[in-house]
Amino acid sequence: MSWFEKIPTMDRQELRDFKKYVDISFKDFSRTYGDGIETFFDPLLYFLVWFEKLLINAPWPLIIFVIAIMAWVGSRSWLVVSGTVCSFIVIGYFGMWEDTMSTLAIISICTLLCISIGIPIGIFMSRSDRLQSMVNPVLDVMQTIPSFVYLIPVVMLLGIGKVPGLIAVFIYALPPIVRLTNLGIRLVDKEVLEASESFGASYSQKLFGVQIPLALPNIFAGVNQTIMMALAMVVIASMIGVKGLGVPVLRAVSNQYLALGMLNGLAIVALAIIFDRISQSFGKRMQKHLESSHGV
Amino acid sequence: MENGCRSIWKVPMVSETKVTIKNLYKIFGKDPAGMINHVQNGTTKQELLEKYGSVLALNDVNIDIPARGIQVIMGLSGSGKSTLIRHVNRLIEPTSGEIIVGGQNVLGMSKLELREFRRHTASMVFQRFALLPHHTIVENVSYGLTIQNVPKQEAAERSQQWIDKVGLAGYEKHYPNQLSGGMQQRVGLARALATDAEILLMDEAFSALDPLIRTDMQDVLLSLQEELHKTILFITHDLDEALRIGENIAILRDGLVVQKGTPQEIVLNPADKYVTDFIKDINRGRVVQVSSIMDSKKLKNGPEIESNMILEDALQIISNAELSEAIVTENGKNIGSVKLGRMISAIARPSEKTGQITNYR
Repeated sequence: MSWFEKIPTMDRQELRDFKKYVDISFKDFSRTYGDGIETFFDPLLYFLVWFEKLLINAPWPLIIFVIAIMAWVGSRSWLVVSGTVCSFIVIGYFGMWEDTMSTLAIISICTLLCISIGIPIGIFMSRSDRLQSMVNPVLDVMQTIPSFVYLIPVVMLLGIGKVPGLIAVFIYALPPIVRLTNLGIRLVDKEVLEASESFGASYSQKLFGVQIPLALPNIFAGVNQTIMMALAMVVIASMIGVKGLGVPVLRAVSNQYLALGMLNGLAIVALAIIFDRISQSFGKRMQKHLESSHGV
Repeated sequence: MENGCRSIWKVPMVSETKVTIKNLYKIFGKDPAGMINHVQNGTTKQELLEKYGSVLALNDVNIDIPARGIQVIMGLSGSGKSTLIRHVNRLIEPTSGEIIVGGQNVLGMSKLELREFRRHTASMVFQRFALLPHHTIVENVSYGLTIQNVPKQEAAERSQQWIDKVGLAGYEKHYPNQLSGGMQQRVGLARALATDAEILLMDEAFSALDPLIRTDMQDVLLSLQEELHKTILFITHDLDEALRIGENIAILRDGLVVQKGTPQEIVLNPADKYVTDFIKDINRGRVVQVSSIMDSKKLKNGPEIESNMILEDALQIISNAELSEAIVTENGKNIGSVKLGRMISAIARPSEKTGQITNYR
């Protein structure tokens, strides 16, 4: 009855061999293909470096001005605009300007990547139940697996640097936009779609004329979530060599610098709130036609 | 008071058939094609559901829809009427059968041909309007034209005329949600008309509206029809509506056509108990025409009544004249007479099946 008291386990030797086997084959893989994969990501790296330099080297009033305009376009609210400008001035005043710009660069590029890859995936998912049932578990894994775990193979493949950091952030931030695009399109009123079909709309006319516009509020909620998730990953990304607000936080943690940690942490929070408000109110304004009920 | 809604009957009826629905079956469930044999061997809807878990939506439907007329399909919910109308533009694929529109088999069309057919030949009005909430009224009305890649400017101009016709001028820049139900359905109607399709498919188009607005919309439709002479397939569950606007009515029950005919035929000769129950409570005075109860006795004097006048209006004339008989005329010619008592008994709710139709086309 020993099997009843103790769960059957693999032989220790076998387990060790198994782990060794996996490690060695991955090492072989990364030795063979690592360089190739790195060159594949080179354009991304150049772009990231270029964009970061652009943000850091541009005169600070210009940056604040551009961000204020974005805030205005997104929210149409003076409160949000002035809050944004104040936050950035305070961030600069406390000497975190450069780190903030680095973070801004990686967040922007990651969000762009997620949008350009996540929305098409979401669209395909909404078209096929089969694909949905295949992609969903993958998204679950991406969201729940501890980031350190997938950092190991990424670092083994690409080493320490900006690109692995970006990939780590990307993996974590992609799921919401895929999910919400898929959901948004599936939630589009079947009758409206049928009406569009009854007038002889082609596939692309249905997709771009009806499904995506009506799914936009949900898609925007996805973009918003993606930005938030990306910001949440900044500290972890800094562990593998991504510059930005995460680096001082990491230093503060290991050296018990309370003020440094607080200041940089709050700067991340400020960025999060600004992006959240801007993207949310933009999403809300897009469904303005739904707000005004009849009887006017 | 002219018998307003009946006046379209005066348009000479052309018996050219526009849409032919032939032996149409639709079965939802696994292996629908295999189920057809069971149905043809007499398995009922109930049995099919219990034995095989398949739903028999349409059972050997045959309807000829005359060109430029209003064909009403009537039935309670679950009778398959909405399924039927979606077969005409193939929003639903049939299990077997034929649908021929203007000599062309809709079921044989390729994807592209079907798209063209939907763009130019048949347009549809939906029960819950199905407008595009993110487009303004003018954009909604011109939707069908936009799909056809008509230039924006031209589409807007062509749409404007329909917006005016359905009485929505001034609301062009509004969004659907800002309009009431009745107004939204006017948009739906204008959208369907704007493509100049000959066939108009109306799926319970007015059922979601409250009674007053519904009557209003029926008037809008009838007056537009007087001008446009579209071939209209109108689905409804409301018998009053069916009798009011239909020139021909087909009654559907459990996917089976139980009776086809003019409103008058259905009211005077209900085919079975189901139809009898249906027509029990309707106002017969508004449906039955003088011609069906007149006799050939020629009167010298008396008030004159047109033979295709409905009893309700004829009674008004005869009682105004304070007489008990009236002359029946057709195209100004004296063709017989009608008695007041006969008219009253024809209006009264029948205890059993009434027949006795004399002069009847």
